Amino acid sequence: MTRYSRDRVISSVLFVPAVFSSILLFVMVIVLFWKSEAILSTKPLVDLLLSSSWRPVAGNFGYLPFIMGTIWVTALAMILAIPISLLSAIYLSEYAPPRIRDTIQPVIDLLSGIPSVIFGLFGILLIIPLIKNSVAPLLGINSSGYCILAGGLVLAIMVFPILISLSFEVFQTVPREMREAALGLGATNWEAVKHVVLKKTYPGVIAVIILGFSRAFGETMAVLMVVGNVARVPSSVFDPAYPLPALIANNYGEMMSIPLYDSALMFAALLLLAIVVIFNLMAQYVLMILRKVE
Amino acid sequence: MDRRIAEERFFKGLMYVSLFIVLGCLISVFAIVIIKGIPSLNISMVTETPHGGYYLGGGGGILNAIVGSLYLAAGAVILATIISIPTAWYLQNFPRSSRFASSTRILLDIAAGIPSLIYGAFVFLIMVFLQTEASLFWGIITVALFLVPLLTRAVDEVMQTVPKKLMDASYALGATKLETVFHVVTKQALPGILTAVLVAFGRGIGDAASVLFTAGYTDAIPVSITDPVATLPLAIFFQLSTPFPEVQERAYASGIILLVIVLITCVGSRYLSKKFTKYCVK
Amino acid sequence: MNETEISIKNFSLYIENRQILKNISVDIPKNQITAIIGPSGCGKTTLLRSINRMVDLYTPVLAEGEIIINGKNVLDPDINLSLLRKNVGMIAQAPNPLPLSIYDNVVYGLRIHGIHERSALDTRAEQCLQSVGLWSEVHDRLKDPASQLSLGQQQRLCLARALAVEPEILLCDETTSALDPISARHIENELICLKNDYTIVFVTHILRQAKRLADYVVFLYLGELVEHGPAHEVFTNPQDPRTKAYLEGVFG
Repeated sequence: MTRYSRDRVISSVLFVPAVFSSILLFVMVIVLFWKSEAILSTKPLVDLLLSSSWRPVAGNFGYLPFIMGTIWVTALAMILAIPISLLSAIYLSEYAPPRIRDTIQPVIDLLSGIPSVIFGLFGILLIIPLIKNSVAPLLGINSSGYCILAGGLVLAIMVFPILISLSFEVFQTVPREMREAALGLGATNWEAVKHVVLKKTYPGVIAVIILGFSRAFGETMAVLMVVGNVARVPSSVFDPAYPLPALIANNYGEMMSIPLYDSALMFAALLLLAIVVIFNLMAQYVLMILRKVE
Repeated sequence: MDRRIAEERFFKGLMYVSLFIVLGCLISVFAIVIIKGIPSLNISMVTETPHGGYYLGGGGGILNAIVGSLYLAAGAVILATIISIPTAWYLQNFPRSSRFASSTRILLDIAAGIPSLIYGAFVFLIMVFLQTEASLFWGIITVALFLVPLLTRAVDEVMQTVPKKLMDASYALGATKLETVFHVVTKQALPGILTAVLVAFGRGIGDAASVLFTAGYTDAIPVSITDPVATLPLAIFFQLSTPFPEVQERAYASGIILLVIVLITCVGSRYLSKKFTKYCVK
Repeated sequence: MNETEISIKNFSLYIENRQILKNISVDIPKNQITAIIGPSGCGKTTLLRSINRMVDLYTPVLAEGEIIINGKNVLDPDINLSLLRKNVGMIAQAPNPLPLSIYDNVVYGLRIHGIHERSALDTRAEQCLQSVGLWSEVHDRLKDPASQLSLGQQQRLCLARALAVEPEILLCDETTSALDPISARHIENELICLKNDYTIVFVTHILRQAKRLADYVVFLYLGELVEHGPAHEVFTNPQDPRTKAYLEGVFG
């Protein structure tokens, strides 16, 4: 056997794991969809999504409280995290001396490696008492502390590392010479950032933000521990909420004992999967346009 | 003129504030867990399994969860590596712009973004279909499944940064594509691959949502792959859910143990990747 | 004798504890083209980037001595960098258009320095594009992205952009090395036209180019100033054996 034909044989063996890992996504969608069919056949999709009554024992499955809970917590977290993360990334990429940059980057890597449960602990130990004893009374509100604000704050801290490290990478793609063109004409450092770096990279930054959203949607344990888990459509950040991942994680134990409940939870999983995949596809699309422009 | 300098200072100030918030959050996460956990941290936490009535305040420790997490993460990382590295090798066979390679990469990126909870739900459905019980085996499968896309893409990215001139040198000596990938690309990328594997291990240790359905929970250390297994994050979660303050305090102490393990992994990956750069061409 | 535009006195520069430039003293004459020549790695570009203080953008540096322009030491930490760089334009090795339209590229400097009046911008843009010979090629597509121009056109655009803010000094860092020979000649001719109004400092490693362009020559070798003087003197009668060797092509 020549070395080249051996190459071909090994190549076809490697094809197996490659195919396995690429079809995994499709298999998951199909299995979850197959399991969700029971609940989908009870009512039209729109009714399920827009009903806010969730009483599994009575056979009422309305997903609105969970969808709204997810949206409130995620949106709040991203509103807090985006400006802080982008400004930090701009500092690291455009201002920081090499020594400071090299010290801070491993620290941010470390932050991304901290398990979600630890952030949950942090929320319970620090953020919940803070909201309960200081923030809420200050605004004249009575709150247990377990609310959207707590979930949003914890989640914001959790998405800092991914937003910072991805946007840092995006800023670094701008060639030095382009910054120097602006600086050489007497632009201040911030003007070079505003007119050159951000102007050049905004599609990349948008993609990073979308990816941040999709990461935030799926975060389960930490949010579940601090957000209160009450199946009602929230109306303020001091209300408790019940995001989709928390619904799935909290109820898997009893889902086999109530009719349709298992199907209902798997539909929640499918819903979450669909949201995350759509956001990821959007990010990929933006990045594709970016590459084409270049 | 003044306005421009003021603008520069204003935004620079905002950047300092932002970075201060980010670093401050990190420090307070560590600080609060350590401060609250230290009082209940003792040697029996890491040397004993829970005694009867542990969750009511009885004696014992969480050795079951520590060992369980290590078994689970190690098994999952080994399994995921066995799938990921060949997949990454396979992808190197195609030019960067090829339709097959780029669509596979996009699929893997999307799969890597899916919450681990969903992988848990998926494996749980398979288990229901096969009518089997939660066990270390299924826990390993779940964690391995959600690590595969992450690890594959990480390894693939590292392999793609290998300079073309190195590969050209190998081709010019008559090496085939795969020989080049095995001997040159993999060697050059080795430090990066090791880092990726250890990062995946850290992910496996820390993840709770995926094994909630699939690994079960037990106070004993598993002796076989079909036994249920406790994990550290879930131990923290369950201890926290009890109404007893002394058990809750043990959850904080368990948090310290988990943080230490993650820190060791993090530092270890830096050390190892430095050590293996010996043969790498700069 | 000519007037002096830039006066460099006992200038030394260290990057990460390595001395890159060693005690350099030279007066660069006004309204002439000064060529800084020398083998690669001799510190030509570093010296050039010290004049508009771009040298310390990425790594901290330690500088000794003085670089005096208009009676001010540019190495002074309190100097207004924005005004300095307005007065000292720079044209990079490879064209570096900003991610803006052709028009916006030319008027970018004017805008950041506070000129927003449309008619003033229009006039200045046309003037500058005329003076680099680009106006006839681009006047009907000023709104197109600058990146669509050919490399040679881009470099002339960068020259026009530098001229727009009315600097006194132009720093050129091997400005033609990324271009084809015809575009390179184009730029050279424009620089020769411009020297009546500007002081031009030109870094090059191509001897023939230095001979074509330079009125005054500064020869650097391993961070040291070996020889400087009017071009014809240095080229025809070098005093230092190292200069002689370089001119004969020994260092390549």
